[in-house]
Amino acid sequence: MSKTINLTLKVWRQEGPEKKGRLETYPARDISTDMSFLEMIDVINEQLTLDGKEPIAFDHDCREGICGMCGAVVNGHAHGPEKGTTLCQLHMRHFSDGDTIVIEPWRSRAFKVVKDLVVDRSAFDEIIQVGGYISANAGGAPDGNAIPIPQSVAELAMDAAACIGCGACVAACPNASAMLFVGAKVSHLGLLPQGRPEAAKRVQSMVSRMDALGFGNCTNEAECEAACPKEISITNIARLNREFLKAKFFSPE
Amino acid sequence: MRLDAKIPSGPLAEKWDRHRFDLKLVNPANKRKYDIIVVGTGLAGASASASLAELGYDVKTFCIQDSPRRAHSIAAQGGINAAKNYANDGDSIWRLFYDTVKGGDFRAREANVYRLAQVSSAIIDQGVAQGIPFARDYGGLLANRSFGGAQVSRTFYARGQTGQQLLLGAYNSLMRQVGTGKVKMYPRREMLELVLVNGQARGIVVRNLITGEIESHSAHAVALCTGGYGNVYFLSTNAMASNVTACYRAYKKGALFSNPCFTQIHPTCIPVHGDYQSKLTLMSESLRNDGRVWVPKNPGDKRPPKEIPEADRDYYLESKYPSFGNLVPRDVASRNAKEQCDMGKGVGDTALAVYLDFEDAINRDGKDVIAQKYGNLFQMYEKITGENPYEMPMMIYPAVHYTMGGLWVDYNLMSTIPGLFVLGEANFSDHGANRLGASALMQGLADGYFVLPYTIGGYLAAEAFQDAPIEHPAFKETTREAQARVERLLSVNGKRTVDDFHRELGHIMWEYCGMARNNDGLNKAKGMIQSLRDEFWENVKVPGSNGDFNQSLERAGRAADFLEFGELMISDALARQESCGCHLNEGFQTEENEARRDDENFCHVSCWEYAGEDKEPALHKEPLAFENVELTQRSYK
Ligand SMILES: Cc1cc2nc3c(=O)[nH]c(=O)nc-3n(C[C@H](O)[C@H](O)[C@H](O)COP(=O)(O)OP(=O)(O)OC[C@H]3O[C@@H](n4cnc5c(N)ncnc54)[C@H](O)[C@@H]3O)c2cc1C
Ligand code: FES
Repeated sequence: MSKTINLTLKVWRQEGPEKKGRLETYPARDISTDMSFLEMIDVINEQLTLDGKEPIAFDHDCREGICGMCGAVVNGHAHGPEKGTTLCQLHMRHFSDGDTIVIEPWRSRAFKVVKDLVVDRSAFDEIIQVGGYISANAGGAPDGNAIPIPQSVAELAMDAAACIGCGACVAACPNASAMLFVGAKVSHLGLLPQGRPEAAKRVQSMVSRMDALGFGNCTNEAECEAACPKEISITNIARLNREFLKAKFFSPE
Repeated sequence: MRLDAKIPSGPLAEKWDRHRFDLKLVNPANKRKYDIIVVGTGLAGASASASLAELGYDVKTFCIQDSPRRAHSIAAQGGINAAKNYANDGDSIWRLFYDTVKGGDFRAREANVYRLAQVSSAIIDQGVAQGIPFARDYGGLLANRSFGGAQVSRTFYARGQTGQQLLLGAYNSLMRQVGTGKVKMYPRREMLELVLVNGQARGIVVRNLITGEIESHSAHAVALCTGGYGNVYFLSTNAMASNVTACYRAYKKGALFSNPCFTQIHPTCIPVHGDYQSKLTLMSESLRNDGRVWVPKNPGDKRPPKEIPEADRDYYLESKYPSFGNLVPRDVASRNAKEQCDMGKGVGDTALAVYLDFEDAINRDGKDVIAQKYGNLFQMYEKITGENPYEMPMMIYPAVHYTMGGLWVDYNLMSTIPGLFVLGEANFSDHGANRLGASALMQGLADGYFVLPYTIGGYLAAEAFQDAPIEHPAFKETTREAQARVERLLSVNGKRTVDDFHRELGHIMWEYCGMARNNDGLNKAKGMIQSLRDEFWENVKVPGSNGDFNQSLERAGRAADFLEFGELMISDALARQESCGCHLNEGFQTEENEARRDDENFCHVSCWEYAGEDKEPALHKEPLAFENVELTQRSYK
């Protein structure tokens, strides 16, 4: 059953990338426990607007956990405390009356703050650009059933392909590493026969771009897996490492 | 105005082949001399951008989100149709064509729909080649399911994330072209105006959503792939940024808008639960393959579902439509849910919901099988509602989902403005008055991978172009218009927020131009929208400045356009004095309460021409000729 709760929010406010940020405190009263976390921020923002203040900037679009646009660190957890849940799918029924909630943006050298909770994740697109694809121009593809792919392989590829590119893995990692993101793409494409011809080149280009963009190293903390709203497994990082070694061994650049 | 749809002559099945032969070609070495602007990176825009770049054109691509991968298409769940006949159950190009025309209640163009069915197979092949992990059978071949009112299994899927996987496939191809330098990607840009030079579409004016700067971009042609306008209802299953602005601005510059009142209300969504609600969540209709829809037989029966015995349950779809049962098309399923609730048989706190029950399916197939098919949907339902659908029937209610209307395009996907092409949900072309499930993804990708890349060449090769760099006065003038509008929004400084206005507009649209319409209501709504719009410009409060990241300002611009566009929808609904597909005017129903078409007077596409501020737009009609299918009364009994 729905009820209402009162909360105290401490929200990171920062006017721009070069500006200094600070936590501001806002009361959140009569919040229905059926609300989503973002709807709760909507309510605060309506009030801030009416009070003549600037509403809190935050990214969001689908509000159903699939576009990867939303995200903030809530009480120290990327996307909040619920496992396998994006911020937009987190509901207020998981909080209690009287709670204080601290809301901060993703923090990483590679993701600059744009404003308040909004960060620049274009680094992810840059990594995909250098190899996160199969080179298949429109028009030349053989029949979809030309190459049977064992169901188990397709399922494993799908597990990795479910990544929504939100960046929670980077935000959660003490080293701000992007290995889970890259590992998921390398696994998704590398597991499929169509992806094999470019596998060696793909992994090398993506890893070197990732390093150049300022993401940190993976030291097996597994925080990424715990924070991932799509529960992408760190076995994908192991697969990335294997692919990388194999590529170096067979086709050193 | 003479509307020439440029439908090629000859037998239906040969039109597209012939047309491709007749189209002029751009010499490969010359392609790089042409710049093409693509607005939008959903399935239509991402596939078009990648394919055009693969052909050698220089492409500039724009989207609102921080990355092209996040376009609204990402949220599509259920699947994509293709006439592969892998299931050997009697499917064919002809059947997909026929189902689409009939499903659209005979308000779509035969030639376009046939082409769509023809290229559908190649989309699946392209997807597989890109590495899309479609569901597979034990033997490793592609799996199919039946979906949304189809009696054959022609729907391909990737768990409940088909849109995500198709979009990521197109996005990966797009990023590959960004990597080669053939596509320049402009994320976090919102198109505010179209720029015409000599009557041709030659560029766009956008707002940089981070810096607030109003930028100009020029090209030889512009392709709008900006999606649907369901958010005119405020609450819909569309992503929050989905809007009508790009199309509406093009309409104001002379592109005709077709069938704006054709809106699809999807039967299986999570019901509204509070005023603060920001959007509605779809539960894929694939659930209707195994779930049974019911309400209590007796109005006002408030017992928990488990305590209502079989005898007191009304499986109204199964009893009313014995051959299609729970799989009737969306418009039929939605209207029946509303009808049951109107009779007082709705369930849940608001009594605006019906049950979708999996108990029988779980007893028949086991929980594991059901979990494998629908696990992620069940999980999503539980996250939002806090209830477990393995134990309790889901509660669902219809919600605005898809807009069949859009900018008018000819067979080449070109609007009435030369050089302005429109793809995907943004155009009106293939779904008539009602879209079948799993056909939007097919259409967006057909347009982007396999239609525009040919037809745009025909236009570029045949047309003469003068120089139109962004220094051209037309760009300066349009930039001033866009700038002035932004400043006007910021200067009102009234007392109501943008969302407050938008929500009220949504209520009006839902109430009077939603699942069922009548002339009195529509006339009333027209006046209501006009006064709401007047109030908006006197009393809206948009905080912040133009010079930085300002989400309130973004929303204000979109809401302002919706406030004008809503009225156009009403005009269209009023002009169409018949019922067809999703457009149900209560004055025109069969004895069985189905939509009663009037083919004598309304077998046409309505095409609205902007006539100036506060003037009634002019209505033009493109007559629809059915030479290959017989117009029949739809029946799903
Ligand atoms: C929840 C849900 C589930 C669905 N499931 C299915 C399904 O199973 N099968 C099916 O066939 N269909 C489904 N649909 C419908 C289908 O997803 C859409 O019709 C389709 O994805 C639209 O694609 P598009 O490329 O035309 O536009 P979109 O994906 O909406 O993309 C629009 C693009 O335009 C950009 N844009 C918009 N306005 C501007 C502007 N002014 N300036 C700059 N950029 C702009 C946006 O940033 C975005 O990139 C579903 C829809 C929803 C809502
Ligand atoms: S808003 Fe799309 S994942 Fe949260």
